[in-house]
Amino acid sequence: MADLTKLYDVLVIGGGNAALCAAISARREGAEVLVLERAEKFYRGGNTRHTRNMRCAHDAATDTLTGPYPEDELFEDLLRVTEGETDEELARHMIHDSKEMLTWIQEQGVRFQPPLGGTLGLGRTNSFFLGGGRAMLNALYDTAETLGVDICYESEVTALDIRDGHFDSATVRQADGEKTVRAKAVVAASGGFESNIDWLKEYWGEAAENFLIRGTANNQGTVLRMLLDAGVQPIGDPTQCHAVAIDARAPKYDGGIITRLDCVVFGIVVNKNAERFYDEGEDIWPKRYAIWGRLVAQQPDQIAYIVFDHSVLTSFMPSLFPPIQDDTIAGLARKLRIPADTLEKTVSDFNAGVVDGTFDHTILDDCHTEGVEPAKTHWARRLETPPYYAYPVRPGITFTYLGTRVNKEARIIMADGTPASNMFAAGEVMSGNVLGKGYAAGIGMTIGSVFGRIAGREAAHNARN
Amino acid sequence: MQGTEQATEFDPLAAPSKAGQTNTPHATETLTETDRLMTVCNSCRYCEGLCAVFPAMEMRRAFSDGDLNYLANLCHSCGACYDDCQFSPPHPFDVNVPRVMAEARAESYRHYAWPSAFSGLFARNGLAVSVIAALSVFVFIAGFVGWHDPAVLFGVHTGPGAFYALMPHNTMVVIFGAVFLYAILALIMGVRAFWRDITDPADSAADAGSVWQAVKDAGHLRYLDGGGAGCTNGEETATDTRRMYHHFTFYGFLLCFAATSVATLYHYLLGREAPYPWYDLPVLLGIAGGVGLLIGPAGLLAAKWRRDPVIQDEARFGMEVAFLAMLFLTSLTGLALLVLRDTGAMGLLLALHLGVVFSLFFTMPYGKFVHGIYRFVALVRYAKESRAAGH
Repeated sequence: MADLTKLYDVLVIGGGNAALCAAISARREGAEVLVLERAEKFYRGGNTRHTRNMRCAHDAATDTLTGPYPEDELFEDLLRVTEGETDEELARHMIHDSKEMLTWIQEQGVRFQPPLGGTLGLGRTNSFFLGGGRAMLNALYDTAETLGVDICYESEVTALDIRDGHFDSATVRQADGEKTVRAKAVVAASGGFESNIDWLKEYWGEAAENFLIRGTANNQGTVLRMLLDAGVQPIGDPTQCHAVAIDARAPKYDGGIITRLDCVVFGIVVNKNAERFYDEGEDIWPKRYAIWGRLVAQQPDQIAYIVFDHSVLTSFMPSLFPPIQDDTIAGLARKLRIPADTLEKTVSDFNAGVVDGTFDHTILDDCHTEGVEPAKTHWARRLETPPYYAYPVRPGITFTYLGTRVNKEARIIMADGTPASNMFAAGEVMSGNVLGKGYAAGIGMTIGSVFGRIAGREAAHNARN
Repeated sequence: MQGTEQATEFDPLAAPSKAGQTNTPHATETLTETDRLMTVCNSCRYCEGLCAVFPAMEMRRAFSDGDLNYLANLCHSCGACYDDCQFSPPHPFDVNVPRVMAEARAESYRHYAWPSAFSGLFARNGLAVSVIAALSVFVFIAGFVGWHDPAVLFGVHTGPGAFYALMPHNTMVVIFGAVFLYAILALIMGVRAFWRDITDPADSAADAGSVWQAVKDAGHLRYLDGGGAGCTNGEETATDTRRMYHHFTFYGFLLCFAATSVATLYHYLLGREAPYPWYDLPVLLGIAGGVGLLIGPAGLLAAKWRRDPVIQDEARFGMEVAFLAMLFLTSLTGLALLVLRDTGAMGLLLALHLGVVFSLFFTMPYGKFVHGIYRFVALVRYAKESRAAGH
């Protein structure tokens, strides 16, 4: 049982993958550990709930990985997706440690599954959790509790007492009031601020009101804000977030994986004026998966519609709601409440511009348009088989890039460049160090597990000395 | 949308329904809900490594009633997908696969029951099985008494043919042969209807390889282990013991069946009449099986009691308890008969045992027993279609 009056060795703020790896690792180093998770038990784990895999380097195939994925290749992939926005030393350190992570995380009870149908062709590079992210969390929580880590749910940290880079105590709000918790070291593993609409508005203005958040409402970034206010050095572009286009009819929060729509490449995308605005066939799905959130965010009212015809209805993964349908383009436009004559013109112009080729959605094929602005450079086929369908889409925010600067020990760096004496960070709250831009499937979990494990170990050592 | 008035009220940005709801019409509300869940799950697929249900689901895009009955019977109710699901209650998507599959399964037993006039026996199955068992025992006791002097019932009979002092062997064979054949016929008719519903008519032959795969999968209870992590009780850790107790029950049942078969061969081939000495094969098989049928059902019942009601179909609890109780009583009365067969209690115990066994056979097509048959058939279907898909 947690005893908030005692002096803990390590306080972990947060309850996701990074937090639990930190708690377990600190406990295995002999520390007395307290985990404060803001969410109620069911929603514990932040974005980890919605994850499915992690990307770790390995030199040979395993039971659950189809081939080797050397450190250099992982680093190259990271360089490509971030376009160089990564701290090479930290990134290489993480990638090196990621090799051990494959065994370490399984020793903590997490299970992997062999590559199956839904694993998106990532069978060589990514390890998929049996049962997904919540199964992983269940295993980590179970292990942490068995080891004697104290865990409190519905415990939001509302203040941090930090002086000159030294953490002394945290104020935690629980059902029966506010309390002060003291610890010799702290690990911030409290995620980003993607669920904090007011904060997003600082960069996006009123448009942020129309954003949907793919994870729980608990990712408010309050701990990140407090750390930055206490003189911690920020990292990552505060204005940036990872956004994909998701079904606009999804709930505001926690719609998760089933809200995503894989059909952009099979049709056209129009805005509320029924006009196309970007090349739907630019690159292979899901490589360009992430650009559409931003594109839609830049359209009026942050709304767009993926329009396609009956011939491709079953060419992509199903999602939480059926598409809106009608026998005519004009009828579909009326249901969507967008200008019918404009949509008819947009579709007929597009159809007229299609140059026939050999359709193959797995490669950059030769089906394209000519004389249409913007062009659809691949997979362009006429919309001509009724009924016609549309999915309304909005930006779905997955995570934010702003974080706290850390060093190889996962130790927080203060604004003046000095390492904090007893503060560490792991997971999304510091992912900007490694992932300054873009995304590669499973990399967030690698950051969380590797830096969580390091942060917990270093915090325990710190507390002992 | 019908008519322009509704069309103008249509809000393209409002959630049209609960997550996963499709427009496919289904025979029952349970099947509609099963379709909704499978549509949600097919959009997620995180659970595909847990069991056969999700890979089978992934081979489909839309779900007919037959598809859903197939998936429901493929589900072994291990519970892992409930604890692993980010959308299970209290999440508003309300994804509770183990419970809804259990409800759909129970409905399917009733739907495929033969003759359909008897399908009502599934409605209040606990009561129905209890009444049939009580009646059956009563008829055997009354029969023994009516046939003979009551003194015969309470008399001491020993040695080969002792049982037949109470009931002639041929009578016993006729009664039990008839009820056994009837049960087999009813089960075959149910399976026939089920198989027709879940397979493509153009490709409905079951090949030997698929049947053998299903035998192995059923024999190991391959899918009653949460994909290797064990079954759960709705508390996120694998503490469930049903797989072990199911093995006691199933193999106990098979051993008892073997005991009866060997005894039948003794009787007709060797001319040796029951009862047999304790060290003889039918008795040894019967003792081993009987012990399994005491431990297994008792353990299963206790495990079911501990299980979180949220992932169970509580309305079918009576059916489950009735079947477990019948197996337990079959064994208990059989073992009691073995221990006390040389005393004056033998007659009554024989009536009791035969009454219980008779009602067990009679209610086989109309109770929980059918779960094994339909699940086996579903496993054959799965083996066949996953081989065809190259898995």
